[in-house]
Amino acid sequence: MAVSTGRARSTTRDSADRGRRRAGRDQGPLRRALSRHWYAWAMVAPVMIVVTVLIGWPLLRGVYLSLTDATEANVGRTIGVNVIPASYEFVGLDNYVGILSSGLFWEKLTWTAIWTVSCVVLHYGIGLGLAMLLHRRLRFRSLYRVLLILPWAIPGFVAAFIWRYLFNSDFGVINAMLRAAGLGAVGWLDDPVTAKLAVIAVNVWVGVPFMMVALLGGLQSIPSELYEAAAVDGATPFQRFRHITLPMLRSVSATVVLLGTIWTFNMFPVIFLITRGGPGSETEILVTYAFREAFTGVRNYSGSAAWGVIILALLVVLATVYRRALRRQGEVW
Amino acid sequence: MTANTRPVAPGAARRSPAASVLLHVTLVAACAVSLFPVVWLVLTSLKPRDGWLSAELEIFNQPSLTNYARVLGETEFLTWLVNSVLAAGLTTVLGVFLASTTGYALSRHAFPGRRGIMWMLLITQMFPVAILIVPLYNLMAALGLLNQIPGLIIAYMTIAVPFCAWMMKSYFDSIPREIDQAGLIDGLTPFGAFWRVVLPLARPSLAVTAFYCFMTAWGEVAYATVFMSQEEKRTLAVGLQQFVGQHWSDWGLLTASAVLIAVPAAAVFLVVQRHLVAGLTSGATKS
Repeated sequence: MAVSTGRARSTTRDSADRGRRRAGRDQGPLRRALSRHWYAWAMVAPVMIVVTVLIGWPLLRGVYLSLTDATEANVGRTIGVNVIPASYEFVGLDNYVGILSSGLFWEKLTWTAIWTVSCVVLHYGIGLGLAMLLHRRLRFRSLYRVLLILPWAIPGFVAAFIWRYLFNSDFGVINAMLRAAGLGAVGWLDDPVTAKLAVIAVNVWVGVPFMMVALLGGLQSIPSELYEAAAVDGATPFQRFRHITLPMLRSVSATVVLLGTIWTFNMFPVIFLITRGGPGSETEILVTYAFREAFTGVRNYSGSAAWGVIILALLVVLATVYRRALRRQGEVW
Repeated sequence: MTANTRPVAPGAARRSPAASVLLHVTLVAACAVSLFPVVWLVLTSLKPRDGWLSAELEIFNQPSLTNYARVLGETEFLTWLVNSVLAAGLTTVLGVFLASTTGYALSRHAFPGRRGIMWMLLITQMFPVAILIVPLYNLMAALGLLNQIPGLIIAYMTIAVPFCAWMMKSYFDSIPREIDQAGLIDGLTPFGAFWRVVLPLARPSLAVTAFYCFMTAWGEVAYATVFMSQEEKRTLAVGLQQFVGQHWSDWGLLTASAVLIAVPAAAVFLVVQRHLVAGLTSGATKS
C-alpha cells in the first residue's frame, strides 16, 4: 500500500506541474485544483453518485426515520386518487431508549455475538487446518482442493434450502442416520438449542472454503527458506508453526477475519431461510430481527431503522477497534 | 496446476506411512462433509414424485426426472429464471463498468478526497440490509420502481459496486504505471490509455469482478423478497421459498430447481475461483 501511494504521489506531481504550466498563474486555488484533478474526479463521479443517492440518502433518511414514530399506518400513501398525508411525528431518541432498555435487544445481541464469534472461530480454525493439510506435497491434492471448495460454489440460498431439508425432522437424512444408528430422532429446528447449533453448522459449512482458500494463498506466499533455516536451527514443527507460519499469515488473517466477522454478523439468508428466526424468535440475529420488524405485521419502519442504526454503530465500533488493535501491533493496514 | 511445482513445506518428503494415512483420512472425511449435502440434493431430486417423503439411505431404486419435468412445466420457474438472469446480468455489466473506472482513478491518481472515498468503500460494505431497506423501499415506491427489475438492479449496485471497486483498485495497483505513460506518450488521451491499454491487461480481474457481481445478485434474498412481491416478477431466490412454505412443501420441486440453479453456478465458480481469491486478498498481502 505504502509503495503504491508513493508512486501515485510522485506522478501526480508531474501532471500537477504540467497542469500549472497550462493553467497559468492568475487562477484561484479552486480553479487550479479543478484543472489538475478533474480527470480523476470524473472517473470517480459515477460511483460517488450511486453511493450518495443509493446509500447516503437512504442512510440519512433511515437515521431520520429512526427518530420518528413512523409505521405502515402513518406514512403517507396514495390510494388511487386519494392522497393520505404522512402523520408520523418526530419523537427524538424514544426508539433507541425503547430498544436499548428492552430485554429483547440484549438477548438478540448476545445470540448475535455468540453466533458471530463461534462461526468466525470455526471458519478460521477449520480453514487454517485444512489449508495446512493441503499445503503439503500429497497425492490428489487438486482433487481435494476442488471438493473442499464446493460449498462456496453453491449459491447461499440454495445451500440454506438443502440444509433445511437435511435437518427436516420427519424425512431429513440426518435424523434417518440417527435412527439407523439406534439413536432417537431430534427435532432439529424445533428446539432453541439444536436450532442454534444447526444454523451455526450450516454457516460453518458455507464459510470454511473461503477461509481455507485465502489462507492457502497466504501459506504459499511464505518463502520456504524460512522453514529450512528454522529446521537447520532445530525448531520443532510446532515452533515453526508458531513463529513462522502464524506471523507470516498475519496480514491475510487480519483481512479475512474482519471480512468474515462482518459477513457473519450480517448473514441474512442462512437464518432467514432455514429457521425463519424460529422457534419463536430464538435464532433471530439482529439483522433478521430488524428485517422482520420492518416487513411483517404492521410494518414498523421507525423501529426497524433504529435497529439498523444500532447495528451499523456496533459494526463501525468493531472495525475501528480492530484496526486500532492491528496498528498497535505495528501492522500498517 | 502451478502449486504443484512450488517448493512445499518441509517435512513432506519424510512423512511416515502412518502420518500419510492420517492425512488422507482427514481430508477424505472433510471432503465427505463438504460433498454430502450436494450429493444428497442431487439424489433426492432424482427420486420419483413423492420420494422425498422418505429418507431411506438406499440409493434410489427408480430414478426419474419427474421432478424436473414438473419444475419446468408446472411452475413459474422459467419466468423466475429469466428475471434472475436479467437482474444479475445487468448488475454485472453496470457494476463492472463503474467499479473499473473508480478503481482506476483510485489506483492512479492522488486527488483530494481519495482517502475519504476509499474509507467510504470499506464502510459501505458493513452496512446491514436492515438500515437501508426501508428507505430504499420508500424511494423505490416513490419512483414507481417496485416490482421492476431496474429497481432491483439499482439496489444491487449498492451491494456490489463498493466491494468490486476495491478489488479492481488492488489489481490496477499491480499493473506498472509505465504502461499507461507509454500509452500517453503514443498520443492516447488519459481515458484512451485506460480503456485501450490498461483495461485489456486487467482482463483476469475484470472476469473475477464480473463473477462476483453476478453471484451477489444471483443469490440475494432480502431486497428481492421485499421489492418483488408480484408472482411473475420474482427472482429465483424468492420464488423457491414458495415451494417450501409454512403450510405446504414439496421438496421434490425444490431439490430439482436447486440442482438446476446450482450446477451452472458451481461450474463457472470452479473455473474462476483461483482468481477470485487472489483478487480478494491481494489488497492485504501487498501492504
